[in-house]
Formats: sequence, structure tokens, C-alpha cells
Amino acid sequence: MIELDIEVTFNKRVASDIFLMGLRSAQIVSDSMPGQFVMIRVSDATDPLLRRPFSICGVPGGDLFLILYRVVGRGTAIMSGAREGDRLSVLGPLGRGFDLSKTIGRSLLVGGGIGVAPLMFLAQTIEGRDVTFMTGYSSASEEVPMEQVCAKGTEILIATDDGSIGHKGPVTDLLESYLEGGAHGDLKVFACGPLPMLRRVAAMTLGHDVSCQVSMETAMACGLGVCQGCALKSSPGQEKTYFFVCQDGPVFQAQSLDWKEL
Amino acid sequence: MSGKPPDLTVDIGPLKLKNPVLTASGTFGYGQEFNDLVDPAMLGGIVVKGLSLRPRPGNPPPRIVETPCGMLNAIGLANVGLEAFLKEKVPWLQKLHTLVVVNIYGNSIDEYGAVAAGLRGVDVVDAVEVNISCPNVKDGGMAFGTDPDITARVTEEVLKNCDKPVFVKLSPNVTDIVSIARAAESAGAHAVSLINTLTGMSIDIERRVPTLGNISGGLSGPAIRPVALYMVYQVVRSVGIPVIGGGGIMDYRDALEFLIAGARAIQVGTANFVKPRVSLEIIDGLRKYCRDRGIAEIEEIIGTLNT
Repeated sequence: MIELDIEVTFNKRVASDIFLMGLRSAQIVSDSMPGQFVMIRVSDATDPLLRRPFSICGVPGGDLFLILYRVVGRGTAIMSGAREGDRLSVLGPLGRGFDLSKTIGRSLLVGGGIGVAPLMFLAQTIEGRDVTFMTGYSSASEEVPMEQVCAKGTEILIATDDGSIGHKGPVTDLLESYLEGGAHGDLKVFACGPLPMLRRVAAMTLGHDVSCQVSMETAMACGLGVCQGCALKSSPGQEKTYFFVCQDGPVFQAQSLDWKEL
Repeated sequence: MSGKPPDLTVDIGPLKLKNPVLTASGTFGYGQEFNDLVDPAMLGGIVVKGLSLRPRPGNPPPRIVETPCGMLNAIGLANVGLEAFLKEKVPWLQKLHTLVVVNIYGNSIDEYGAVAAGLRGVDVVDAVEVNISCPNVKDGGMAFGTDPDITARVTEEVLKNCDKPVFVKLSPNVTDIVSIARAAESAGAHAVSLINTLTGMSIDIERRVPTLGNISGGLSGPAIRPVALYMVYQVVRSVGIPVIGGGGIMDYRDALEFLIAGARAIQVGTANFVKPRVSLEIIDGLRKYCRDRGIAEIEEIIGTLNT
């Protein structure tokens, strides 16, 4: 993990309110695992004060790494204005990424909205294996152009709330019909997205006794396990009452979290 | 440039610090978390996370929210507890070659004494900072630091059980911080440190609920710096013991304001989250400030405010 001022290589809008930023650091690229994140200071000013956490969404080659982000507030609005050559302070890579130790079988990636970001890095890493990427957006205008990052061989399914592209309904419909299909002994599910979606994914996979890892998001001040601000309640029987998203996560086994308390 | 580099050493009572820059409790962990970024041996010292007799899981989330030029936190003094601290953290702290201050907290006056007693003979701990100012725990915490008599009783109890210098960390959430500082001094404290966070809240206007799980939290960051500075100024003029100042310090200029006001050392807190190497940058900045002005010792700056 390092902190460094690095130049923005590019920063472009790729969908409604969604931007893709390219940054260069050989060390961050070589140390990064899918699911890990970086903390970015969007300006030198003290307002907004804190760094923002972003999943690494890909390492397409060389020393380039990618950040996919949605403009949701002041910090990301400032970030969206960054131009090629601007310098940003980046701290990372941080946290524990996806556990890939047993991904021999089929992998289902389930992403909601900007939650596709860490899964894009994962898809790239497990390219060539049996992977289906289920993505959900509110509307076609939010659809992230996967081909810019993802492996070409990955099967991509789309669901939108308004039906403007793909299945009409939540992305969890796609997961549900897959799981209802049966025979998923060595299936692994990897999910990231809004909390209600993740809660549904966790319930479905636990119900079908399918292994599921979720990438979680919370407000975060330091990203280093020091401020203890990013606490999430663990399920009964875990070694700690609260996990820290920055240090114990951001990726967790779905059954290790207390979904009623999140 | 020739000549000796400026001397940044300062004394806090019986303690000698390499420089006046400490990291504040709860913002630097045990130094482990910053291991890749900051060598603690470069620092004046570190104040480790508030320690209680038994482990505390902390408050329900959300625990933090950003505010203009600052943040609110309601962590609730989550910590490993005395036993795990001695077993797991002390061996690490022994490798640091820096001054180690342990911030302690109790649910009762006796419990403060028990934590202090538990640190007896632990050589790596150079001093104890008594937290009578945490706004985020219901049973005690700030309640001890808002009354001069109770402040004095907690301080006496810790001193009775402690074999190290004792700092008392003061709350700004009081009518008259000077009376609390004087009570700590009269009870025998070796130094006071100030300020802890200011109590505040934030509301989610969509859901119409408090943003923090604890409803209220402690405000920190540059937003509180002028308040902290004025309190340090007032306390310096009212007590004879050393004052350790802090509150929203982001760079060496901010640190200098506190030193000029009379703080003998400063604590860097929330800035560690934003700029993990800020403490080292402040030390470099102080050195350069002195060198550029021909100041041989940082002592020549402390308490030199012209009014």
C-alpha cells in the first residue's frame, strides 16, 4: 500500500452520471487484487475534507488502473471535473478483495448500478473460466460499456427497472431464475450493488446453499482500519461484533454479516 | 546552508520528546496501520487508541459523517481491552522507538484507576492520557470532564495507581474549560491535552433520522481549529503545567499557531485520515520554518504570542 500523487491519464463520461478514470502506478497495478479499493483525495481543499473510497475496476495493461464512479455528491462532482494531467492523491490498494481460492466451477457476477465496478476487475481476472455477469441498472442510460474493460468472452446479461434494455425488473430476477434452475454444486456468486439488492442476493444464495461473496460500501474516513468508522454488524458466532469494511472487507462472505442489522 | 539543524526537542514535564508532534488518540491506531507510510520513530510520540478495562465493540453504525471542513464520529471507544492490549499490542509498541502515550478510559472512577494500574511496570508506555472527554459513550466519558470536582477525583485515582506521567485530556463541551484544567492541575496532573471533539449532530433529510446511529457525535477537523486554539490560549495563561494542544491541525502553519499560543506539543488527529504522512510533513515544516528564520530551537517559539 502506498500514497502517491499521480496524474490523471483520462477521465471520461461513459454513461449517465458515470465516469471512467484512468490513473497510472506500477505499484498499485502490481499489488491490486479484484475487490480492493483506493482512497482518493479529490482536491487539496479542506472542504470536502475526507478521501473517497473507490473500487479498482480494472488493470487493462501496463501501469494503468481504472476507477469507475458515479457522481453522487460533492466529492465525486469535483472528481468528474478532473482533466488529463491533473494530479490526485491516491492511497492504496486497500482492503481484502474477492477470495478466488476455490473458483474452479461456474461464477456468477451480480452487479447493481455502479456496483459493477469491482466485478469488472474480477471478470477480467477470471477470464476464460465459466463466467456470467448479470448487471442491473435503473435505465439503459446508466448502462456501463463493459467492452471497455471486461474480457470479451464473458457472457453479460442486463436487467433494467424500466425495461429500456434487457430484462424488465431487478437484476435479482436473473439470479433467481438461474438458481431456480437447480444443479449448482460448485457455483460461486460474487455481488456488489445497493444494500437492498445485496440483501436479496444474500437471502437467495443462502437459501440455495450457494457460496456468495459481497462487496460492501459504507462511509469511510481513513481506509486503513484506524478510524473504525466503517463498521458493519457481523452475524452471530463471528469473532468480532463489528467488521470494518476497509480492513476486514470490503468483500465479505454473505453469511458472515448480520443482514437484519445492516 | 551551514550550521546545525534546528533543535525541535521539547519537554513535557519529565518527558523528553524528539519534536513536538504527537498523533492523537484514535487517529493513528497503534502505529501498525500506518506502517507502510510513517516511521513512528520520526514522531514526537503517538497516543494510542482509548483503552478500557474490558473490550468494547463500539457504537452501532453509521459511525461517521462528513461535515463542512470536518467530520462527526461516534465510534464509542471501540477497543481491544487491557488484557489484549498487553498481550497483542505491547510487543508491537516495543519496536517503535518513539514515545508511547496510552489514552485510558473507564466507566467509573475505580475503573480509570484499574486501567492505570494494569499499565504499571509496562516500560514501553511512557505516559498515560486520561480521557475524560469522549462525547460518544453514555456511561461516563465526558461526564467526568464537565465537572471540576470529578475531574480532580479521576485524576487523583489515576495518579494513585500509575507509575508514569499523567496527562488529562479535556473536553471543549464545557462552560469554562479553565476551571477543569485547574482542577486537573491541582489534583497533580503532569500535563493537560486539549481539545477533544465538540458534540454535534447531522440529520438525513430524506429519511428524517439522525445520520449517526448514536444520534450525536464528536466534531473534528479544521472546522474546530479556531475554537481549540482559543481554549489552548486560555488554558496556557491559567495553569503552570504543560499544555498539549490540538484540534483540526492540518499542516505546520496550524501547528505553529498552537505552539505560539503556548502549547508545548501538538496532536494531529483527523488530518491523519486525509493525509497519512501529515505528521512527518508538519515536522519538516517546523524545521524549515525555524531554519529560514535563524531560530535555533523550537523552544524559542513556544508561548511567544504578542498580545
